Order: sequence, then C-alpha cells, then structure tokens
Amino acid sequence: MLSTYATHPEAREIVFDFLSDYDDPSILGAFWTTVQLTVFSGVGSLVWGTLLAAMRVSPVPLMRGFGTAYVNIVRNIPLTVIIVFTSLGLADIFGVTMGASDFEVQGFRLAILGLVAYTAAFVCEAIRSGINTVPLGQAEAARAIGLSFTQTLRLIVLPQAFRSVIGPLANVLIALTKNTTVAAAIGVAEAALLMKEMIENEAQTLLIGAVFAFGFVVLTLPTGLILGWLSKRLAVKR
Amino acid sequence: MSSVLYDTPGPRAKRRNVLLSVVFFVLLALLLWWVWQVMDDEGQLRWALWKPFTESQAWTTYLLPGLGNTLKAAALAMVIALPLGAFFGISRLSDHRWVRVPAGAVVEFFRAIPVLLLMLFANAFYDLYTDVSSEQRPLYAVVTGLVLYNASVLAEIVRAGILSLPRGQSEAAMAVGLRKGQTMTNVLLPQAVTAMLPAIVSQLVVIVKDTALGGVMIGFTELLSTRGTLAANYANVVQSFVVVAVIYIVLNFILTSFASWLEQRLRRSKKGTGVVLGKEDVEELNAAEVGGTFGTGAGGTV
Repeated sequence: MLSTYATHPEAREIVFDFLSDYDDPSILGAFWTTVQLTVFSGVGSLVWGTLLAAMRVSPVPLMRGFGTAYVNIVRNIPLTVIIVFTSLGLADIFGVTMGASDFEVQGFRLAILGLVAYTAAFVCEAIRSGINTVPLGQAEAARAIGLSFTQTLRLIVLPQAFRSVIGPLANVLIALTKNTTVAAAIGVAEAALLMKEMIENEAQTLLIGAVFAFGFVVLTLPTGLILGWLSKRLAVKR
Repeated sequence: MSSVLYDTPGPRAKRRNVLLSVVFFVLLALLLWWVWQVMDDEGQLRWALWKPFTESQAWTTYLLPGLGNTLKAAALAMVIALPLGAFFGISRLSDHRWVRVPAGAVVEFFRAIPVLLLMLFANAFYDLYTDVSSEQRPLYAVVTGLVLYNASVLAEIVRAGILSLPRGQSEAAMAVGLRKGQTMTNVLLPQAVTAMLPAIVSQLVVIVKDTALGGVMIGFTELLSTRGTLAANYANVVQSFVVVAVIYIVLNFILTSFASWLEQRLRRSKKGTGVVLGKEDVEELNAAEVGGTFGTGAGGTV
C-alpha cells in the first residue's frame, strides 16, 4: 500500500485505488452480506413476530402473558448483548453450531438467529398495533350482518389490519438493515466490519466513511420511499 | 374480554380456551425443563459460577464501573444531542427554503446510517485529526456517534412535537403581534417540550442500548465489555451474560415506566393543550407524513 502511495503518478488514482485492494470481501461483497443478513433475518423475524403477535392478541391468557413477557424482555436487552451471546454463549459453551462446519458460516447463521430473536419483538408490536387500529365497530357490524368468525377475520379485520401494518413494518425493516452492522461484533464479514478494517489501515478516513455511508443510504432510502408511498396509498381512510 | 378479533367467549369457546391453555402450558414447561437440563449437563448451574454475583467484589470491580460508564456516555449523548436536535428540528420547520432543505438533508442522512458506522468513523477521526488521549478516545467516539444519530432522531421528535400543537396557538400568537421567533420561543417550544418529554425519555432507552456497541467494537469500557473481563476472571460466561442482561432490562424498564408515567400524567393534566407525544406517536409520525416525508431512518426506536 505505502509503496503504491509513493510511486503512483496521478493523485486521483492514489486516492481511489486502495478501494480495489480489498477483495476478501470487496466492498460490494461486504454489502451483499449485509443484504443477505437483512433478507434472512427479515423473513425469520416476520414469521416469529407474527406468531408472537398471534399469541399477544389470542383469547388465551397464558399465551398473551408469554407474548408480553417475551416482547418486554427482548426489547430491553441491547442487540449487541444478544448477538455476542449467540457466539460466546450458545456456540462456545452449548455447542450450537447451526449445522455449519466452518466458522464463517456459523457466525453468519448465529447473527441471523440473534437478529430474528430481537427484531421479532418489534415486528410483533407493529402487527399488534396494526390490528388495534381496526375499530371494534367493524367486527361488530360484520357479526351483525351474519358473517361467521372466519369470514369476519378474512373479509373485514385482516385486510384492514394488513394495510395499516405496512408503515410500521417498513420502519422495522429499515432499522433491521441498519442493525445488521451489529453482526460485526462476532466477526461476520459485512459492511461495518470491512469499514472498521479499512478505516484502521488506510489514511483516507473521510472517503471511506463517505463510501460506506453512501452504501447504507442506497440500501435504506428506496425501502423507505417505496414502502412509505405504499403505506400511504393503502392507508384505510377513517 | 372481547376484542375486534373475537367475542366474549361462550361455554364452548371457554372450554377450547382452557384446552389451549393446558397445551401451551405443557409445551412451555417442556421447553423450560429442556433448557434447565441442557444448563445442568453443561455444568452451568453450579453455585460456584453464580456465587461471585452475591459478593461485592464482582460488582465494585467490574459491573458498577461498567454501568457507570454506560450511564455516563448515555447522559452525555442525550445532553449534547438535545440542543442539536432542537436546532435541526426547528430549522426544518423554517419558512426559508435554504434553511429547511439543508437541515432536512442532514437529518435524513444521519438517520439513514447505522450508529456503529458513525462510532467507527468518529474513532478514526479523533485518532487522526485531534490529540484526544487514547484512553479518552473510545468515550469521545461513542458519544459522538450517539450524538450524531440521536440528534437527528430528536430533531424529528421536536418537529413532531411542534407540529402536534393546535394551530390556534401560533395563530393566537401572531394575532397578538408576536414575531416568528417570539412565537417559537414563548409559545410553541415550551408547550412542545412538555409534549415531547415522554418521547425523549423513550429515546434514552435506545441510547443506553446503543452504548453496548462501543464496548465491543471500539473498546469503550462499558457494562458489556467489563462483563468480558469479569467472565475471564471467574470463568462464568453464561452467568455474566444473564446478570448483565438483567441489569439492562431493569434499567430500561425503569426508563420505559417513567416515560409512560409521564405520558399519562401529561394526558390527565388540565394545564396546556393536553397534547402528548408518546413513543408510539413518534414512530407513527416517522412512518406517516410529517411534511410529507417518509424518512430513510424511520424506526429510530428499534
């Protein structure tokens, strides 16, 4: 690196050529890992969060209690603590390897496990608040005209709930994208870890910061704009 | 108990609910029993591993100094971020495009970037361009990262707080002949600050949780990183994680409860306009349409 710096004739190349010195992973590769973390944990937390929300709105008090307890406990623990625990606790002490043979894959899967456990609590709250926005009168009117329980749910309540849930869920998805950086704490080779490595070894602090910041703006801005537009378009006018 | 999803249960539904309760209880008990067994098999339940936490040394040497640093960073970040956030929040409401647009761009930019990136950048920046000593640098970097991010979130809270006030307030101020600045400082801000208090306290929870990042990634000696030294000393990784998690839960639970107590109190109070911004309102305002933007960094409280 230093020799390149000294011998290069053109200033522009000096400033930018170090970006291509990193190829394991490259910047794009690191951001690809970030995207993968987001997608897998997004799907996982949507499934687990929906289950939790179903428990929290169920007529069974014990299920409601479990859902409430889970959300209140997990929400108040820093994500960093959860993710570091998956590595130092689950993997090292209890031997949870997530079916992975090498360290890299194991860290990746453990990070997803931690992100799912944490994000599901927020997904649950988003869905529950969406269901709560449907006025009681809607369901009462549905019953009054003779719809059965499943019909009420399928035709009246859930369509309205889904539409009001898009906005809050988009929030959670954007936060999840940013939260995947915490996986760097257990050595998953995603964007934040690469940035840490580069910023410690290279002199162009500002440039590196700008490149990675730009990467995250590119990831979160379209999500926010598209889903925000969608949630406004589909909002139930009351 | 009736909700939008189901009616008050009749005899059949009651029987089904009892059955579901029993099944769920058995599943839950099995899960707990299995966790207990696994802990036991790994020897994690031995008293020797838990005992350090009943003695004062583990607390005075490791946990309390760590907790102290966590609180210090969180408090500093909040105190610095609040005026900055107020500045940007009010700027975004300006009548002048050349003030409003740059302020909006700054706020949206910093909300779109993960806190960790800001901390890493601040750490490198202080290392290269300032003479902050290397012991102090992690604290500076953590606080800087938290301030940049949370100032932009607080800016949105301030903006939402001011926008939540009834229009009659600023109209009345204008009618009695106050200038724009006077309207803001004498009429809108005092009421908005009261309305925002619960949201600000809720944001403290986020700040406290984010300090843990600095512990792992840039060597700030807060609670999570002193846990590491403690575990290395007593060889009780799992136990120390449990204790640290409980500390965070209790701390954040107190903050959350305080926020909702404030919210309820403000809602009930006869003084003022009765406008309150709770945590959920802020999330909603983020998602919906204060001024027609759907920000990049929505979800600031997750």
